[in-house]
Amino acid sequence: MSRIPVSALIGLVMTGAFFFTAIFAQWLAPYGLNEAVGDVWENPFWSSEPSQYLLGTDNIGRDLLSRMIYGCQITILLATASSAVAFLTGSILGFTAAVVGGWVDQALSRLVDLFMSLPSLILALVILSVLNVTLPVLILVMGLLDSTRVYRLARAVAVDIVVMDYVEAARLRGERTGWIIFREILPNALSPLVAELGLRFIFAVLFISTLSFLGLGVQPPLADWGGMVKENKDGLVYGISAALVPAIAIAVLAISVNLVADWILNRTTSLKGGRNG
Amino acid sequence: MISMRDMADKPLLDIRDLQIEATVYPPGEKPKTMTLVHGVSLTVEKGKVLGLIGESGAGKSTIGLSSMAYGRGGVQISGGEIFVNGRDIMKGGAQGLRALRGKEVTYVSQSAAASFNPAKRLMEQVIEASLVHGLMSKAEAEARAVGLFRKLGLPNPETIGDRYPHQVSGGQLQRAMTAMALCPKPDLVVFDEPTTALDVTTQIDVLMAIKEAIRDTGVAALYITHDLAVVAQVSDQIMVLRNGKMVEWGTTDQIINTPREEYTRALVSVRSHEHAEKPSSGDPVLKVENVTARYRSVPIDVLKNVSVEIEPGHTLAVVGESGSGKSTLARAITGLLPPMRGQMIFNGRTLSNDLAGRTKEDLRELQMIYQMADVAMNPRQTVATIIGRPLEFYFGLKGAERDRRVQELLDQIEMGKGFADRYPAELSGGQKQRVCIARSLAAKPKLIICDEVTSALDPLVAEGILKLLLDLQKLEKVAYLFITHDLATVRAIADSIAVMYKGQVVRYGTKSDVLAPPFDDYTDLLLSSVPELRLGWLEEVIAHRKMESAGN
Repeated sequence: MSRIPVSALIGLVMTGAFFFTAIFAQWLAPYGLNEAVGDVWENPFWSSEPSQYLLGTDNIGRDLLSRMIYGCQITILLATASSAVAFLTGSILGFTAAVVGGWVDQALSRLVDLFMSLPSLILALVILSVLNVTLPVLILVMGLLDSTRVYRLARAVAVDIVVMDYVEAARLRGERTGWIIFREILPNALSPLVAELGLRFIFAVLFISTLSFLGLGVQPPLADWGGMVKENKDGLVYGISAALVPAIAIAVLAISVNLVADWILNRTTSLKGGRNG
Repeated sequence: MISMRDMADKPLLDIRDLQIEATVYPPGEKPKTMTLVHGVSLTVEKGKVLGLIGESGAGKSTIGLSSMAYGRGGVQISGGEIFVNGRDIMKGGAQGLRALRGKEVTYVSQSAAASFNPAKRLMEQVIEASLVHGLMSKAEAEARAVGLFRKLGLPNPETIGDRYPHQVSGGQLQRAMTAMALCPKPDLVVFDEPTTALDVTTQIDVLMAIKEAIRDTGVAALYITHDLAVVAQVSDQIMVLRNGKMVEWGTTDQIINTPREEYTRALVSVRSHEHAEKPSSGDPVLKVENVTARYRSVPIDVLKNVSVEIEPGHTLAVVGESGSGKSTLARAITGLLPPMRGQMIFNGRTLSNDLAGRTKEDLRELQMIYQMADVAMNPRQTVATIIGRPLEFYFGLKGAERDRRVQELLDQIEMGKGFADRYPAELSGGQKQRVCIARSLAAKPKLIICDEVTSALDPLVAEGILKLLLDLQKLEKVAYLFITHDLATVRAIADSIAVMYKGQVVRYGTKSDVLAPPFDDYTDLLLSSVPELRLGWLEEVIAHRKMESAGN
């Protein structure tokens, strides 16, 4: 923990700021989420005639800053929850497949292959278009689709660990599968999984934004950043930058989380276990 | 170029006051620079062989590689001069080194299997250096390689070059690598433990081939090994190293017969202690009866009708070369590979053939210690967890009581206080193996299977582990099934011996019976292949043995 590179430090600070905003959105936002406060598309602070609203207003006169702050909450909530779902299901199933092996491994792996052979965006669009889109449904659909990637990684890492002598020693001792997964394999597989968690979180942010942009993600009156790009995209034609604000926010969040994930990956690959890992 | 007069005056390799450093990254601390080699000087005359010997960490390989000005990962030559053919190679720059490596100085590594490119044919790799340096045409190089294959005793020397590395045996691959090193007609070859990974029976063939090739081609060589008996067969001079410093340097005869330094004497006299056979009590703790086993999808029996017995508190040594089925026997007994036929009676109970059908008592009383201690322990668990888990699992010990017992076990393996909170990465090789021993002892077993537990360790460390195992046997009355390919270890520890060859037990009985003549051909080969610390031993064995090694 002693030597944190500058890039990771920047990533940590910015990621922290995003999460802080998400958690305290209700107190930070100057106006309500759906409160129409001014004219349509009022100017932000960097234009030649700035309005009283810091980031201007959106396509129906709502304060963009407030909406950005609430959008941050929804986006991060969805991405976090769906990554958690993806990791829990993906890694537990992946480890089980590696430890148990045989037909369990075959059945799970082929099922995952089947899902991975379909483009996940199209699959999500099809599923969401027939379901009533609520937040839990979104979280489950995104989480389960993403869990196939986590499964692959978890199984690949665990297969290498399962053949180690210490796992054999645990088996000879008579340990149950649960102990072998959580006490022998998980601690050794954690580093690549944590790094993957960072990457998966970014993909989840992009995925939810894409879905919302296409109109199948977060539904009004709630709003996330992807939905806000969609609402304001018509303004681009008239030189109004409101759509760029959420777009930039998505990019900045993705980059800052990526900086942290990179650092974790670098830090853990150079260690052979033991302390600090 | 250097004139002939200079060549005669100067030794081929002249290393003066060599100092080598490496940057290490200890966990939780700042990176620091460590000195690996402290001012070592040596010379090798043209056509002579200098043996470098020492334990791991002595700096043998590092010194060997410095003759090509090469430092492995993070290692750098920080002081001293290295002259090859009278030229200081440290001053030649990258271009000078490229001209040196693979032309004047070549290298034979310990693991030929890991050093060959699996996607290319042997011939292509053997002649590569000669072609790159423009020393000869492709046809000339191939003709020279075939000649070398013949000289090194490889079968079908004309066609073996067309094979891929996985299509020849380990011993053959090691000889192919020697051919690769000799092909560009170098002045100096560095042999880095070339026979350490081989079976004893294969080792003498490779050793003889290397010795003859050195004699016939007249190259000089640095021969690096930790086995004094091996280096005594091929070297003109021996240098003993310890912790990066020279201990003693002299002719082979002087080093093995009249060593001057205490450390050299310890190396020469290691393995000298004998173990008296225990009297039979007649009631075995484990009876293996007619066990036949094969791996799934391989239609060959790896174990054929094997029957052995072990008495309580006794040691049964299972010996044989790799592929003889020793480790498979261990896997069958532990239940990891259920036998197809036969049964095992343990402590009066018939053991279920597969692991899932065994009771907790069966599992507790039958423990195992592995060859590679560092992969036999979870790197993310502390010593306290590793040793404490069997206590918790089998006896339900918790908290302070468990910690007290862990400390007791640590005392028993002579490690004392301060180790309980360490991770395996923070232990030395010998300490790791001791922790593994403590882990199996924690279960209070009746029988421990020891699978090559000392073969990855330095001779002096291995000696300590064997002594510990014998002491613990006296104390705990535990029986050992000791799997090894090293007959010196067998002499030191066994009460009875089973010699295995191609999945069968070919000779079985008490130690005194098995090691007394008349021998069957295989046992004779195995016994005679153990290197002896005596000049001229190699030639004697080659002349007198009754059969050729199977792994040849």
